[in-house]
Amino acid sequence: MKEVHHKADEHHGAHEKTYKYGMVVDLDKCTGCGACMVACMAENNLSFRKDNSDRLRSNLWMRVYKISNGRPFPDTDISFIPRPCQHCEGEGHHHTPCVSVCPATATDYSHETGIVSQVYTRCFGCRYCMAACPYHVRVFNWWDPTWPKGMEKYLNPDVSVRMRGVVEKCSFCYHRYQRAKNKAYAEGRRELHEDEYQTACTQACPAGAITFGDLKNPEHKVHKLKKSRYAFRLLEKLGTNPKIYYVSTRDWGRKAGEVYAGEEPKGVTHVTHA
Amino acid sequence: MDSASAPFDSALFPEGVKRCKFKWFLFWLAVLHGPLMVGVIAMLMCWGLALHVTYLNNNYPFGLWIAADLGIIALGAGAFFTGFLRYIVNIEELKNIVNYAVVIGVVCYAAAQGILGVDIGQPLRGWFIFWHANVHSMLTEVAFCITCYFMVLCIEYFPLILENRQINKLRFFHGMAHHLHGAMPTIAAVGVFLSFFHQGSLGGVPGVLYGRPFAYREGFLVWPWTFFLFILSAIACGPCFTILVTWITEKCAGKRLVKRNVIDILAKISGRLLVLYLVLKTLDTVYWVAIAGKAGAPLSSFYANQPFGYWVLITELGILGVIPAIILLNAKARQNENILIIACILNCTGIFMNRWIMTVQALAVPVMSFDKFISYRPNWVEYASTLMFVWLGAVVIMLSYRYLPIFPQEKELNPS
Repeated sequence: MKEVHHKADEHHGAHEKTYKYGMVVDLDKCTGCGACMVACMAENNLSFRKDNSDRLRSNLWMRVYKISNGRPFPDTDISFIPRPCQHCEGEGHHHTPCVSVCPATATDYSHETGIVSQVYTRCFGCRYCMAACPYHVRVFNWWDPTWPKGMEKYLNPDVSVRMRGVVEKCSFCYHRYQRAKNKAYAEGRRELHEDEYQTACTQACPAGAITFGDLKNPEHKVHKLKKSRYAFRLLEKLGTNPKIYYVSTRDWGRKAGEVYAGEEPKGVTHVTHA
Repeated sequence: MDSASAPFDSALFPEGVKRCKFKWFLFWLAVLHGPLMVGVIAMLMCWGLALHVTYLNNNYPFGLWIAADLGIIALGAGAFFTGFLRYIVNIEELKNIVNYAVVIGVVCYAAAQGILGVDIGQPLRGWFIFWHANVHSMLTEVAFCITCYFMVLCIEYFPLILENRQINKLRFFHGMAHHLHGAMPTIAAVGVFLSFFHQGSLGGVPGVLYGRPFAYREGFLVWPWTFFLFILSAIACGPCFTILVTWITEKCAGKRLVKRNVIDILAKISGRLLVLYLVLKTLDTVYWVAIAGKAGAPLSSFYANQPFGYWVLITELGILGVIPAIILLNAKARQNENILIIACILNCTGIFMNRWIMTVQALAVPVMSFDKFISYRPNWVEYASTLMFVWLGAVVIMLSYRYLPIFPQEKELNPS
């Protein structure tokens, strides 16, 4: 896999340590149960409607896609692709696709963590970032946020709710990073242990398909997993340089990372979205 | 004019011209207010109920509004470009249409800003684009330049108001109009500078989206090729839109308002620029096919999904590009008013289609291999709130035509 130039190193001196948080998702382990989606919604105060079946307008930071090899029984095989924000770093002269286009600086790339954040109080809803993102990770609040009566009492106090008319997206549970940092500082540490900062989807996955950590840190599991010969990233050819790695031992499964070519990749039929 | 039969507001008319009776004027104003009110209701729904009242969705964050915005701004380029030709290139004959080009420009740019105000759904937060400006974003450049240029257009429009027969009797306003006219070359130059930038930046809006191979273009320094193509296409179609609106105004007024030689100059310039645009656009298309192919997206992938088949490319460049260019380059064809108007309609439609393609089709083409093609069509709320600004523009034009001296040749062409 192509090694890319790391912009964060440019922006920070050698004395200032930077991280590159990312994920490795093992598609061979993912059962498509959707626990990651539910955990994400609960953790991040994602609003939903009574009928939330319209996937084109629902607030999903984590979305699980279902693909198939398109072969008839008994050779049929399926795979699920959990897709959070890819937290693209960009490469060469390209910045993160969404960060560079936002006219109000409402989305930002952290050179400390490699996390792409969204500043809800600055977003004025032009939706240019959504047009720029080829992964459809950004969602717009088409309605005022609502929850079933009483459920608002269970909202996460660490995460602000978003008003209608602003764009939102996966933040790698950034509030958990802040909380872990605060705890570490209180204990006189500068560094976090691998298990101190984990995203909600990672912890919720019953199959252990999602691994989260610092991609640069050799002591973190993701550092090793991303080097698997079966690892790939979505739309690598475009140069977005995402931080979500997928692992699939199935050849047809790895074709999911390719750019849409007008037809499904040979031998793959994409059935539906879970 | 016989004072007994003259409309009661005739004292406000420009010197020596006739206008319809006031009751007819009111009647047509009332007629326009019907669809305008529907648009106002649609706009209030967007602001009051949030944008779920539209057919936009997370796959189509841009829809009719953004395409219309880019299209209207391109059509409004007739204002700055006619000003450029009149005051900087110094084509004397264009003084007879430059006023009207300014009125059309004011209408177009006001419409563009109004549509954006509806599109964001929360106009009260619109100022964030200026306060938290991201200098790397093409949209920031667009916002600043459009706002500044709209102010320039208002300054250009202001002397026309001051030249109303009654206002102009006041010495102060007469003097002010005179001085503003004197400053017009400088104001026009500022307008040209701002316009080149925002027309180009609008091209940069889709051109920098490297995550969307359909829209992405390489370019020169920070400007993708679409930056330059949008400028060129805008100045190639802007004069045609000015001709078209002038023709519609003449039909509504039932008389000729601008001499044919003036129209012919604009049409000829438009034709030559359109040819240049088509040549560069064809080169850009060839290069784009190669670049997109390298990124793993063959040309066929862009046109694999109906309704965006190859016919889109053929219609945009052929029917709506080559045909009007041939007509506009041919002196004989230009002399035939019907043929000229057909060419103008084709040219303006072509530019509108180009803006639709660069925004809506750019989002329609799936990028991830497991993406599905999702169709989009605007709903009545989007149509009504967009067209609202067309009706509003018609009202501004009606008022301007009735009370302001927009057409210097009207008196000469229509002796009483």
